[in-house]
Amino acid sequence: MYVSHLQLADYRSYPEVYLELGPGISTFVGANGTGKTNLVEAIGYVATLDSHRVSTDAPLVRKGAERAVVRAAVVRGDRTAMIDLEITPGKANRARLNRAPATRPREILGILRAVLFAPEDLALVKGDPGERRRFLDELLVARAPRLAGVRSDYDRVLKQRNALLKSASASLAKRRDVDLSTLDVWDEHLATAGADLIAARLSLVSELQPLVAKSYAELTSAGGPPVLQYRCSAVPDDATPVPSEHPQLVDTLRAALRDSRDQELQRGVGLVGPHRDDLRLHLDDLPAKGYASQGEAWSYALSLRLAGFELLRADGDDPVLILDDVFAELDAERRRRLAEHVRYAEQVLVSAAVPDDIPDELRGARFVVREGGVTRE
Amino acid sequence: MYEGAVQNLIDELGRLPGVGPKSAQRIAFHLLAAETADVKRLTHALTEVKERVRFCDICGNVSEEEECRICRDARRDGAVICVVEESKDVVAIERTREYRGRYHVLGGAISPIEGVGPDDLRIKELMARLSDGQVTELILATDPNLEGEATATYLARLVKPMGLKVTRLASGLPVGGDLEYADEVTLGRAFEGRRSLED
Ligand SMILES: Nc1ncnc2c1ncn2[C@@H]1O[C@H](COP(=O)(O)OP(=O)(O)O)[C@@H](O)[C@H]1O
Ligand SMILES: [Mg+2]
Ligand SMILES: [Zn+2]
Repeated sequence: MYVSHLQLADYRSYPEVYLELGPGISTFVGANGTGKTNLVEAIGYVATLDSHRVSTDAPLVRKGAERAVVRAAVVRGDRTAMIDLEITPGKANRARLNRAPATRPREILGILRAVLFAPEDLALVKGDPGERRRFLDELLVARAPRLAGVRSDYDRVLKQRNALLKSASASLAKRRDVDLSTLDVWDEHLATAGADLIAARLSLVSELQPLVAKSYAELTSAGGPPVLQYRCSAVPDDATPVPSEHPQLVDTLRAALRDSRDQELQRGVGLVGPHRDDLRLHLDDLPAKGYASQGEAWSYALSLRLAGFELLRADGDDPVLILDDVFAELDAERRRRLAEHVRYAEQVLVSAAVPDDIPDELRGARFVVREGGVTRE
Repeated sequence: MYEGAVQNLIDELGRLPGVGPKSAQRIAFHLLAAETADVKRLTHALTEVKERVRFCDICGNVSEEEECRICRDARRDGAVICVVEESKDVVAIERTREYRGRYHVLGGAISPIEGVGPDDLRIKELMARLSDGQVTELILATDPNLEGEATATYLARLVKPMGLKVTRLASGLPVGGDLEYADEVTLGRAFEGRRSLED
């Protein structure tokens, strides 16, 4: 698939911009701070309803404006889908598909699929577990939009349960009696919804493993092989295997909630469940986080993204591949190998501050980005 | 900001559910421009609803008397109680004409985020109604969303020792929504296909 038109109004630095794009490679060149990332961030938002840079919507709306509009046409085979998104901070977003009346924004998930490489990706290896959970969950939803529902069900249970734990913990601190019968009910809901999410992540991780190993070997001959391990907060230690079947996962979560109840009540927050899990990244048998060199960490991060791309591609057509300012981070050898890997994707969007950072393999239609405007050369 | 009375009205309207500041302003200016007689009718309706309407002593449904029309109706089956969150759910279920038992209105659902626990709902009153052994089936018709499910699970566990038949509306209802938004046919079917809760 590819994005054939992108129109932004009051999005980030752009009062108004309109772009026509084709399949194949397009490059965006402009000095730092001119708005390259803003463009690709908007495309990413249409794909995931989320920005890769910020967790709230307010920064996406141009300073002084009330709402931002992102409109994209997505071509898939011989069909074109028109997506309209209206982003109003503090309010529910509005979405339209093919100019039909508004639908729930969630309905447009899965129409545009994109894989975005960004300088922030190094945090996949070096950052907190939250970065890796987000990587897994975004990929899950891109593959099966239904899982957005599983995610939000879990988040809702978590919020309710945390609210209860917080008030119970406050009452206990004042030595007041608390009625814990409703906590049992939330435990049960957390175990069921949590098991749904963990089961989906586990099967994703096992599909990713060989693809990450393959990509890593293609990018570098240093270090490796990469080994992925899903660390589940509901099992006591690394040595305990995580059950892969749903009913056993529910039991595991139930038991863990029972065991940590006193601690949870004391701290007033939920300590068990997929929101506390991690995807451990190893190089051979060493944790990448502490041991990988800068180059190895980059190769690892790129391999994860490339593996995600391969998975999505295997489900049907190519997702849009976006490389935002990543070449500046890589040495010449990794640049060339990455370019070799991605050049034949149906659509590749590349941004760089310095044109020479873009490998020769990725010269295509060229756009120049200047403050507030984009022009095709 | 407007002067005294107008701003007062806007503030009061803005406190109503689903009315944002902009709508509040629009309604306020609509009322300012309206005929005096029309506005009098509205104030009368507001006063009357607070003076005349109350909640049924037995089931908690809105009623103009101590007991509501359904609780007073001797033809309704006293062996079945259908538990709902709000009075508007009673209206929705009555529309289906599938149900001939009685109701119990909880006044909401368990939601720690909003500070609503079992003690804030009419659960004690429900337990009192179940204690004389007349009721043999309890239908849990709370909303098909997380809070409704949690409330149903809680009630099912609470009444388990009583040995009643406890049922939950069949799936097919729009998930995540309110009972009142389900159309009559869907809701009627959900009633017919209600399933027993084991746990
Ligand atoms: N909400 C906003 N309103 C106005 N300008 C913004 C907003 N958010 C970001 N910007 C501006 O956008 C620019 C950064 O754009 P970006 O796409 O990150 O640049 P780059 O070309 O380096 O990728 C900065 O000048 C920043 O001030
Ligand atoms: Mg940038
Ligand atoms: Zn009544």
